[in-house]
Amino acid sequence: MSAVIDTPETTHEHDDHDHHHAPTGIKRWIFSTNHKDIGTMYLIFSFIMFLIGGAMAMVIRAELFVPGLQLVEPNFFNQMTTMHGLIMVFGAVMPATVGLANWMIPLMIGAPDMALPRMNNMSFWILPFAFTILLSSLFMEGGAPNFGWTFYAPLSTTYGPPSTDFFILGVHMMGISSILGAINVIVTVVNLRAPGMTYMKMPLFVWTWFITAFLLVMVMPVLAGAVTMMLTDRHFGTSFFDAAGGGDPVLFQHIFWFFGHPEVYIMILPAFGIASAIIPTFARKPLFGYASMVYATASIALLSFIVWAHHMFTVGMPTVGQLFFMYATVLIAVPTGVKVFNWIATMWQGSITYETPMLYALAFVILFTIGGFSGVMLAMAPVDMQYHDTYFVVAHFHYVLFPGAIFGSIAAVYYWFPKWSGRMYSETLAKWQFWLSIVFVNLTFFPMHFSGLAGMPRRIPDYATQFADFNMLSSIGAFGLGLTQLVFAYNLWDGYKNGKKATAQVWEGAEGLEWTVPSPAPHHTFSEPPVIK
Amino acid sequence: MSNKPNNSIIIKKLLFLVVAMFGFGFAMVPIYDVFCEITGINGKTSNNAAIYQGQEVDEERKITIQFVSVIKRGMPWEFQPEVTEMTVYPGQIYQTSFLAKNVSDNDLTGQAIPSIAPGNAALYLNKTECFCFNEQKLLANQSIEMPLVFFIDKDLPEEVHTLTLSYSLYNISNNQQENEVTAL
Repeated sequence: MSAVIDTPETTHEHDDHDHHHAPTGIKRWIFSTNHKDIGTMYLIFSFIMFLIGGAMAMVIRAELFVPGLQLVEPNFFNQMTTMHGLIMVFGAVMPATVGLANWMIPLMIGAPDMALPRMNNMSFWILPFAFTILLSSLFMEGGAPNFGWTFYAPLSTTYGPPSTDFFILGVHMMGISSILGAINVIVTVVNLRAPGMTYMKMPLFVWTWFITAFLLVMVMPVLAGAVTMMLTDRHFGTSFFDAAGGGDPVLFQHIFWFFGHPEVYIMILPAFGIASAIIPTFARKPLFGYASMVYATASIALLSFIVWAHHMFTVGMPTVGQLFFMYATVLIAVPTGVKVFNWIATMWQGSITYETPMLYALAFVILFTIGGFSGVMLAMAPVDMQYHDTYFVVAHFHYVLFPGAIFGSIAAVYYWFPKWSGRMYSETLAKWQFWLSIVFVNLTFFPMHFSGLAGMPRRIPDYATQFADFNMLSSIGAFGLGLTQLVFAYNLWDGYKNGKKATAQVWEGAEGLEWTVPSPAPHHTFSEPPVIK
Repeated sequence: MSNKPNNSIIIKKLLFLVVAMFGFGFAMVPIYDVFCEITGINGKTSNNAAIYQGQEVDEERKITIQFVSVIKRGMPWEFQPEVTEMTVYPGQIYQTSFLAKNVSDNDLTGQAIPSIAPGNAALYLNKTECFCFNEQKLLANQSIEMPLVFFIDKDLPEEVHTLTLSYSLYNISNNQQENEVTAL
């Protein structure tokens, strides 16, 4: 990792600001307590995980290219779907947003660093170990976990492979990492805002992350509880989820989704903040409805705690339960709609230019909304009976995750990369990546709506021949989408080495404290708090 | 940093929240059980024998009750209801039975777990005697007829015309042995 980052460029920056005696070389990264270094490590880590999880998606799509079993065993296919989900959720999307939070929150609120720098170091360095443990299960006897990323009991308890215990340890470690990171964000936002930076003056990215951090603190411990119960069910004779001993497997689903639904907002809220930062810059207008954006984000977070059972309409819930969870879920469309309309109103009559971050932000708004609509469809209990566990669900959550959370993160990287590195990426390559991604992301995931509505179940290595065309389209799209992301890596690397120098403000319409420091942002910023008007 | 003491207060509060939410995950277990027991919405019936006090019989209403048996993986028994369906009057007491046979060469212990569909009918099915209240021990190749005595409460919701009572039979012999070992 150090070989990638620790170039003469960065060390040159050291010389300019050599008030500190930080270790150099690999030790700089291992012992780092600097929010910028840790942010960079989070981002690189998440990109590596993105490639690993993506490679697994390629295996899945290759197997599904045509009907029949050709490349992998069904059990290995299940391991791929499970690991793909776990790695993308916990290894790619979440660390990417934590990396952005580390880099940007102190810069945006005028703080010299995160409030708890040593803890920051620990929350990052837990992750490589957690994922090494999780990935090592692929090479174990009995294979990796194969019960889906939702690890429903009894698949994961009675019938789980031996490596399930490594999975449990890995999840515990990821949970600790997330909780520590979230505590750090909350303490930073509460205590380290520059004088004059009131809560209602904070950039929306800081707000969405602040709320995300509360979600993390509240639901990651519930996940830890769920895997602990799994562990004791597996080895210590308890029967939390075992009907034979008086437990109930449906209870697992309740506990898991009590974590799981807030978790989906943990993944998307930071992307909301990113869109709210980028769109005003390139529309050259202040964000429309700032206060309503804050309240909408908070409402989404609160509602996320009372909707979990919409993931389990088919377990045999009474009508009154289905109605409650259906109405509560549909209610979430209201604050989400407020946000979407605010973004559109921000652009209304603006002087818009279409640099790559803006393109990604626009694609985010449109495609995330498509994912939101299919979410509202799934929230309808009666029709969910048909959609449940089909590819329609796969299409829905990939629309909110890939063009939602991941496009948001890519937009953020393009937007702030010049601030981090001091250099511009290639706009031409970036636009190529954007347009290819747009085509391929829709080619991959849009046909899944149709195959799902036609009845194709998820998590199967083989399928009925009437789904063949849609699946082949999805597979072609997926291969293209995967390859296109390599352009992203090359573009950033090339920009970092050879890009032209960036100005402090970088983007003409950019406003906010992060644009007042030089590009690249020096190792230490805001040692003296800035003055907020 | 001047705000250090400030930090520790927030950190303590947040750590308390973390511990509390971890506890809440476990608290969901009894909450869930109590909630399901009171509302009966999960299709779980009471594990205690009901007492029949000669309820008024509603002969205006006929209810179909279906019996289903499920044998879980790792249970080498035969297990089926004596009759698969009965037509009953609410308030009247009935008896039927399930037949089990241990077709293996080992002595085994089974536990039947009941479940009722639709879930909201669970509270209205009262069992005065059920093999599911106890573990069933069968010697190798032994068979048994296990009685079930029940009545349906006449307050059963109007919209319910058919009830399905399903029993899943689990092999709990291994747990049994482990318990004996620890008891020694």
